[in-house]
Amino acid sequence: MTDEHVETYAQDFKSYCIGGLLALMLTALAFGLVIFEILPHFERLIALAILAVAQIVVHFRYFLHISWRSHRDDLQLVLFTSLILFLMVGGTIWILFNLHERMM
Amino acid sequence: MTVESSFSLLGRLTPQDISFVQTFENPVMSEFIDGAAGSVLVIGMIIVAALLTYYRGWKTLWFDWLTSVDHKKVGIMYIVVAFVMLARAIIEGVLMRYQQSIAVNDPGVLTPDHFGQLFSTHGSIMIFFMAMPFITGMINYIMPQQIGARDVSFPLLNAISLWLTAAGAALVMISLVVGKFSTGGWTAYPPYTGIEFSPGEGVDYWIWSISLTSIGSTLTGVNFATTIYKNRAPGMTLFRMPLFCWTSLCTSVLMIFAMAPLTIATLMLALDRYAGFHFFTNDLGGNMMNYANLFWLFGHPEVYILILPAFGVFSEVISTFSGKTIYGYKSLVVATMSIAVLSFTVWLHHFFTMGQGANVNAIFGIATMLIGVPTGVKVYDWLLTMVRGRIRLTTAMLFSIMFLVTFVIGGLTGVILANPPVDFAVHNSLFLVAHFHNMVIPGVLFGMIAGYQFWFPKAFGFRLAERWGKASFWCWSFGFYLTFMPLYVLGLMGAMRRTVEWFRPEYLGWLQVSFVGALLLFSGFIFLCVQLIVSVRQRDQRRVPAGDPWDGRSLEWSNSAPPPEYNFAVIPEVSGQDAFTRLKEQGKAYASPTAYDDIVVPKNSIVAPVIGVGAIALGFALVWHIWWLVALGFVTMWGAVIARSFVTETERVIPASKVRADHEAWLQQVRECATTSREQEDTSANVGRAEVLA
Amino acid sequence: MKRQPLLHPGLNLGSTDEYSHDEAEPVIFGFWIFLMADLVLFAILFATYASMSVQGQAGGPSPTDVFDLPSAFIETMLLLSSSITFGMASLALKYKADRLHLVFWLVLTFCLGAGFIGMEVRDFWIMTQQGAVPQRSGFLSAFYLLVATHGIHVSAGLCWMIVMLVQLRVLGRTTEVKLRLMRLALFWHMLDIVWVCIFTFVYLFGVAL
Repeated sequence: MTDEHVETYAQDFKSYCIGGLLALMLTALAFGLVIFEILPHFERLIALAILAVAQIVVHFRYFLHISWRSHRDDLQLVLFTSLILFLMVGGTIWILFNLHERMM
Repeated sequence: MTVESSFSLLGRLTPQDISFVQTFENPVMSEFIDGAAGSVLVIGMIIVAALLTYYRGWKTLWFDWLTSVDHKKVGIMYIVVAFVMLARAIIEGVLMRYQQSIAVNDPGVLTPDHFGQLFSTHGSIMIFFMAMPFITGMINYIMPQQIGARDVSFPLLNAISLWLTAAGAALVMISLVVGKFSTGGWTAYPPYTGIEFSPGEGVDYWIWSISLTSIGSTLTGVNFATTIYKNRAPGMTLFRMPLFCWTSLCTSVLMIFAMAPLTIATLMLALDRYAGFHFFTNDLGGNMMNYANLFWLFGHPEVYILILPAFGVFSEVISTFSGKTIYGYKSLVVATMSIAVLSFTVWLHHFFTMGQGANVNAIFGIATMLIGVPTGVKVYDWLLTMVRGRIRLTTAMLFSIMFLVTFVIGGLTGVILANPPVDFAVHNSLFLVAHFHNMVIPGVLFGMIAGYQFWFPKAFGFRLAERWGKASFWCWSFGFYLTFMPLYVLGLMGAMRRTVEWFRPEYLGWLQVSFVGALLLFSGFIFLCVQLIVSVRQRDQRRVPAGDPWDGRSLEWSNSAPPPEYNFAVIPEVSGQDAFTRLKEQGKAYASPTAYDDIVVPKNSIVAPVIGVGAIALGFALVWHIWWLVALGFVTMWGAVIARSFVTETERVIPASKVRADHEAWLQQVRECATTSREQEDTSANVGRAEVLA
Repeated sequence: MKRQPLLHPGLNLGSTDEYSHDEAEPVIFGFWIFLMADLVLFAILFATYASMSVQGQAGGPSPTDVFDLPSAFIETMLLLSSSITFGMASLALKYKADRLHLVFWLVLTFCLGAGFIGMEVRDFWIMTQQGAVPQRSGFLSAFYLLVATHGIHVSAGLCWMIVMLVQLRVLGRTTEVKLRLMRLALFWHMLDIVWVCIFTFVYLFGVAL
């Protein structure tokens, strides 16, 4: 265990403030894209998705304190869950859209 | 709206719904059988209550068992549930085989409705209320001991999971007497199971009993995974755990992630039925194909939840009764993990024929074939464990060897089915029925029976009668082949599943053979019961107090039989795989510890039984639309949780002096025990101190 | 004083309460696993919604017809602020010895969360008045189930908060109470993450598509 300096109130407080600010900005950006109809249609959807992913990362890093420094078990769990989510959601959407084309 | 808006005290329940009333009003053979089944249940319960009263067992039942949060007791109770439900479901299987063996150009003895309920309860019970509790109980009992822990991470949650599953099982049993069960199969596909085509209470029984147990399983998965990650003894790294713990870990991961799609699918079906939603309806934007998708997102990992613990048992049994370290430990671990991950990539193979394009089918077909590879690796590892081993053909080992041969056959038919064009020909035929029974019977059931034979002496302190075990083994083995091999042939001849009457005379011979096989399977079960009764009667000559009757290799064999409440007087320090064998070879197995500490154990709690009873009330009330009882059940369950959180005295201390006294007394007893040679293993000379061979 | 390792997700109590910090590891890990299972639940609801919102409108109202973007924006602000205030509550739990700061931030979080639920109920009410009921189409069934499941989770969190406020009074800042508050924190932040997906993939996509 390394002898680094201890987390202080100030550091933890900063974490929440930065996280909150970033989240606010990303939210405002996302809503703004739609309300002011910025970007062509398809690109707008991609941008929204990217903003959502960015905001999720912000939440994980600044509110949930999950980072590469976290306990290995916790990181493993998050990564494995992401894999499962990808398989289930991706698979379902692919299958249902394929079925809709052919069967409905 | 589809739900009656009357607020009568008993919802939509009427006297006509009692099965004995129906038998009286409509005295045909099918109803007699139904009434007889209900009678067996009621009389059985009365007999149990009478016995408890006669032997003054109510206090023990409540204070030592029902309120216990000890993983060993919870594990045993799970297995008791499994055995009771196995009795019912196996009789249902025999009854269906009988109907099919006589119903060629003949209506037989069962009405189509009754037959529909039978195959629905048979499947639902076998999977959710027999196999799942059996494996959960087995992992519960053994895994914490194998990793050198005192209990699971969340003992009360463990008990709650047990009670949720028991509540689901109770609902299914209640459906035998009050009302009817679903006729939609264990998969309950809408629109047939939607409110339009199944307006009665049957599907609701299915929905709520399954929902209760699936929540229990999710919580169990969380519990087991946390235990394995965080509760291991010092020195017990993940790669020093016994294989059974690896399979328990992967099973838990599957439980955690796979139950959610089922919860959603059943919830959506419930919303369609109770509130007129349109998830799976024919009209207004419903998509019944999504049900199949969601159900099998759960369903495929589910069958791996069932088989992985059995694989774990086989690893333990084969290595112990070959007298060798398991061959290829690392490859077995990698194979187990691969199976766990791949199991989430194949679910579409359950509905190849639903209408997707060929590309989609092809990808999933290839993934399905791939998943056979790690299983094949495991089979080779087990075989190589036996090579040059000193093999003892105990009952557990016999089941394991039969598994190796028979399961592979089933796996091969699985690879055949993985091919979409082939599947188009045999989907939902008896070929499919033969395939999956070929996986679950030699796989899951034989694994669980082997585990039961193997670990029974540890749990209860005396050995089971090998003779009856072997008789049971031959019946199960021959019974399996006789029952299901004809079904492969019938499937290729065009016979479909879930069929109450046939019109092709060439089926008859095969069906009759299959029925004889079913009677043999049932005999196998009866012999297990006889084995238990005989062994209990002879228990004094069969005792193995020293705790190691088989020359076991892992830590669960290092304590007494039965083990103390806290498993280990002193938590062991582990230095390698096969931890107990290591200790025995170093001569440290029964050394007195240098120091003893106080041991803190959780107190018993009424919270779990209260939640269980509340769950039964909630489920029953939802089925019969008794809304006031729904509210009461819900409030009871959550009220118990919240009330419990205000209790601060949840543990008690066992003083170090008591631990020392009990442990030293046992160690003294062990040191006075004669070691048992292999030849004496099945005699009364075996007191639980097996000879350690070089 | 040495820095304590990060033993679990969420704010670690390492530097101020070593005993609770050690006790927390398996307890928080177990809850973290449960949250992952919950995420899968939501993911399935999203996947179903993705197909039904496009394929299941059945000639009924479409997303643009029924989604109220300004209302969704206000709800987002309420929930996001409540996450920040819960962060402040977590800091009070870790660094302040008294109950006052902690209770203040918890009560504030509760109010913001209750405001969120209130607005969501209002949204649903207005939709039903327009005939956009879940029984109208597959799309609406999927929408209501997804958003209401999130709402029910938030409501459960609110109940949990009330129970915790009572427990703080009755039991004090014991290790058990701290661990429960830490789990509630994880729960609350996770629900905000789910909401990010809802406002993006349901509301914004719905209007933009």
